Amino acid sequence: MRNTTHWWFVIGLVLALSFAAFGRLEGAPLPEDKKTDGKHTDATAEQQQMRGLDEQVQEVKSDVLSISAELNQLEEKLLYPSGTQVAIFVALAKGDQMRLDAVRLEIDGQLVAHYIYSAKELEALRRGGVQRIYVGNVATGDHQLNVVIDGKLRAGTDFSRTEHFTFHKEVKPKLVELTMSGPESGKTPITIGEL
Amino acid sequence: MGLAAHPASGEDLRDLFFGEALYHADQGQYFEAIQRLDTELAQYHRLDQPELDTLHYHVNEAEFSVGDFELDYRMHYRAGRAIKRVLEGSVDDAVRNEAAFRLARIHFQKDQLDDALQALGRIRGPVPEKIRNDVEFLRANIYMATNRSGEAVEVLGHLQNNKSLAGFVSYNLGIALLQAGRQKEAIDQLDKAGQLAADDPAALAIRDKSNLVLGALLFEAGNFERAKQTLDRVRLEGPFSNQALLRAGWAEASTQQYDRALVPWNILATREPTDVAVQEAMLTVPHAYASLKLYGRSALMYGRALELYSTQIAKVDASISSVQEGRFLKALIREESREDQSWVIRLRSLPGAPETYYLMELMASHDFQTALHNYLDLEDLRSKLMAWETSLDAFDDIIRLRKQNFEPLLPVVDAQFQDLDSRMRLRLEQHKHLAERLQTMLTAPRPDYLATADERATGERIALIEKKLEHSDSAESLAFRQRAARLQGVLTWRLETEYQNRLTAAYEHLNELNRQVDGLTRQYDAFVRTRQAATHSYVGYDTQIAQLRERARRALERVDTLMARQGHMIETVAINQLQARRERLVAQQTQARYGVADSYDRTARVQSGAEGH
Repeated sequence: MRNTTHWWFVIGLVLALSFAAFGRLEGAPLPEDKKTDGKHTDATAEQQQMRGLDEQVQEVKSDVLSISAELNQLEEKLLYPSGTQVAIFVALAKGDQMRLDAVRLEIDGQLVAHYIYSAKELEALRRGGVQRIYVGNVATGDHQLNVVIDGKLRAGTDFSRTEHFTFHKEVKPKLVELTMSGPESGKTPITIGEL
Repeated sequence: MGLAAHPASGEDLRDLFFGEALYHADQGQYFEAIQRLDTELAQYHRLDQPELDTLHYHVNEAEFSVGDFELDYRMHYRAGRAIKRVLEGSVDDAVRNEAAFRLARIHFQKDQLDDALQALGRIRGPVPEKIRNDVEFLRANIYMATNRSGEAVEVLGHLQNNKSLAGFVSYNLGIALLQAGRQKEAIDQLDKAGQLAADDPAALAIRDKSNLVLGALLFEAGNFERAKQTLDRVRLEGPFSNQALLRAGWAEASTQQYDRALVPWNILATREPTDVAVQEAMLTVPHAYASLKLYGRSALMYGRALELYSTQIAKVDASISSVQEGRFLKALIREESREDQSWVIRLRSLPGAPETYYLMELMASHDFQTALHNYLDLEDLRSKLMAWETSLDAFDDIIRLRKQNFEPLLPVVDAQFQDLDSRMRLRLEQHKHLAERLQTMLTAPRPDYLATADERATGERIALIEKKLEHSDSAESLAFRQRAARLQGVLTWRLETEYQNRLTAAYEHLNELNRQVDGLTRQYDAFVRTRQAATHSYVGYDTQIAQLRERARRALERVDTLMARQGHMIETVAINQLQARRERLVAQQTQARYGVADSYDRTARVQSGAEGH
């Protein structure tokens, strides 16, 4: 009895591994692709129901995304009108491997942001992401921006840098980009770009 | 998505908002990433001169990225539409071909195989190097999924030298050959796939799988010795290890070498007791002892199996109750269960969540995973929508307070401004008139225009005197007229000779005045902007906020309904799965009971036989 059972099991296993489990590693043309199981069989009622629900979930996501976009615009209009809006962005210099721990920003002597980075956020910055660290309001004219960064070098040594900048606010929204570099890179530790 | 390579960083990235979207996407915050990049792209497409915008440098990558983020956020329909827009747009061949590939991949993921092939058919001309092999690999997979094994074999044959896809190509080629009925070649190919050098987890896993499938094939063909050797190549710690150990034992048992079968089976019997292969090994171990006529040992092991099945049945029962009481869904939305991408796998180790122990197979299925992710996405949307309701309340408050502050002030400010405005307009008009007059004097000199007030008064008096003396012919009058004429001559002489200096001085004064006027205009404009901003800070939001509130309320209702349905679906599927596992355990328990009785019976018979002798 055992032998018969396991023969069928083996045949089933071969079929299962070659077709049904197609959706895992070997069926995946690219490692990041995820495919459905049972490409060669009709979807079960449960699968159909799940897919039907999936469609509805996609629709509601779309709807909520559109609400979010409108809400963001409203928030911007109400809280940061273009005449006074200033947004400060933080980026890491390309290829820089310093460990950025924290950034502190002061505008005209007032502390406006003090951000401590998680490993995930630091990785996102290293991969070319840009963080909007601060959005606020300032009057038109010149403003002082003080930037303090704390971090660690590859050897584990702590380092800290402070830079003072002046930026000019006009009637349109002001975008300020701060690009950070570690001391090992030989570049200026903090550079400013204005838009 | 691996293909959504980051376009730039630091100095290369020109659009900060695109960079911000990448920052969010990299942390798995796809909602935020889509929302930001969508807004940025919409603004870009509305521009009259988009080539002047910073996004212009990355626009193709941004279009692809938004599609990638949508895919990662499980919004395949929207991602498909986004990519179709690229396909239909005015882009070069390389971009269009990449878009066609991405569209094909989405269709393949959604089981729309004909559409996937059709999308690949749109690829014409140069294909970007970075996706060239991926395109062909996808084509081969579509052929395999549509039973066009011969074509799949041909395509995969050309990809065999690709290093990054080596294990996958090799394994798929083996399966395609098997599908095509070319058994011997399939076995040779899988043998090659099972011996490829590998170091990363994915390549090691596909190599293990090749060996497992090959072992099963050889076993089926009755080649037990080679099957055993192949199964031995599967790593002891890999994801296919339990199945390989079970099959290796069966390969030995099939040649009656039960003592050798016990080696893998005994290893297996000490492993995680919820695993299907381990549970089966609990029966195969005593079966092997019985076959070796070690009935006492067999009875003991059947007893252990009985104990394990009872414990596991109780565990499954606890899991079913737990799922029925809604604890599975609660475990799903626990924060610590979602800290990284392998959260589905780690659910199993969540403390106090027994319902997850038996759901590993279920969790490996794409549909179930999508359902789980959707449930979590819905929970996130729910939190967002509820937070937005609070935000809208706060906005209402801000507007109310601003109205309270500005409404009494503005009429007074407006009245003062109107007065200043009319005075200013008058002066500006005068300034304009003067500027025009000076401009005219450059080509048509008018010294009289530059006379001082005293000179003008003197000139008028002389003219008056001359007029009075006009009709008198007396000698005295004549002398007066001559005197008046001399005085007029002196005046004219002064105006004419000083004209250039006076004109220069007038220009200098006008320039000075221009500076004052510019300052005044700036102040005026600043006031107008501030005045407008004051009104804009509280007027005109009521309808928009009311509409947003209503949309958020309706969306929240839909989310709640969908969450309930999605949750119910997950629970039902989970319970069905658990019940199937329970039935299997009960059957195995019955077999173990029979095994115990049989072993005792045989032991007794052996003992009585021995006593009889």
